[in-house]
Amino acid sequence: MKIIGLIITVVTGALLFYAAGDFPAWSDPASPASTYLSPHFIEKTMEETSVPNIVTAVLADYRSFDTMFETAVIFSAGVVCFFLLRISRREDEEPETRYYRHVLTGVTIQLKEGHKMPPSADFERIDSMWTPPDLIIKTGCRLLIPFVQLFGLYVIAHGHHSPGGGFQGGVILGASVILLAISHDLRTAVRRMSEKLIGILCAAGVLIYACTGALCLLLKLNFLDYSALAGILHVDPITARSHGILMVEIGVGIAVLATMIWIYNNISSAGRYRQGL
Amino acid sequence: MIWPIDLAILTLVVVAAIGALRVKDLLGASILFGSYSFMMCLLWSIMGAVDVAFTEASVGAGVSTVLFVAAVFRTSRRTRD
Repeated sequence: MKIIGLIITVVTGALLFYAAGDFPAWSDPASPASTYLSPHFIEKTMEETSVPNIVTAVLADYRSFDTMFETAVIFSAGVVCFFLLRISRREDEEPETRYYRHVLTGVTIQLKEGHKMPPSADFERIDSMWTPPDLIIKTGCRLLIPFVQLFGLYVIAHGHHSPGGGFQGGVILGASVILLAISHDLRTAVRRMSEKLIGILCAAGVLIYACTGALCLLLKLNFLDYSALAGILHVDPITARSHGILMVEIGVGIAVLATMIWIYNNISSAGRYRQGL
Repeated sequence: MIWPIDLAILTLVVVAAIGALRVKDLLGASILFGSYSFMMCLLWSIMGAVDVAFTEASVGAGVSTVLFVAAVFRTSRRTRD
């Protein structure tokens, strides 16, 4: 079986290398892509959308219908991970044993048969696999996370002028919460961003994108033609396209942020939302 | 494009890719896959596709490595294949 797999891989690779010879040379000005479409984007993007970063303008304005479904793909990836992995407690299971740890002394209390402890600042609930987080890692990550989140917001907001945008900024924001889950424990991260909130944000991001498009349709222009927003935003149609790009980038950022945390939570705890990595 | 740097990174891409396939330790394989993504990110930025390089660095080298490590943590660490 392994030998058949090797043969298939080698043959496919050889075919790909053979076909790659027919591609136009790298940065060839006479290639079909560079003769008609690219010059239009390079010359007209600034005057049509007032966005200096051509990639952002192509992604979120000229090809925004495509990007909307990319966001939907990310949303469905999160939902599929949830449906495949999440295990919720059934009623007929025996009542779970809860562990509480006194924060100052480190004494752990075990409560059997589903007894609960009233919420208090002295005790925190822990899981049976709980290991004490390292003080250096915990403090270092606590110092680092605000700056990571600030950078994520910058990447989303500054996508018009520099590399970046909703996808990258959303991943960085999601990574900051994942860092919290790794350096502390999963329960701390879930307390900050509950599963319900993650699910709502995940859908809300796609909804913001689609609603921006539908708003343009309501204002009697094409779906996702942001120049229709000029009347609402009180700017000229060209600046309105720039603002419309920002709106959908925020939607993409929210969806990606929530999906990354959702997938991580489900994979690292095998769907039980107990102690992860 | 500076060809010695390009050649060095391309070699590292191939080495990391073969290493990620051959290594028996799945944790090592996911780390090698992360380094493969990072080398690809450098290649994108050499070719001037800075946005793609940024996406590769954040998604490929960053979050997907964490997801792989999380998945390895939930299975056996050594592969029998």
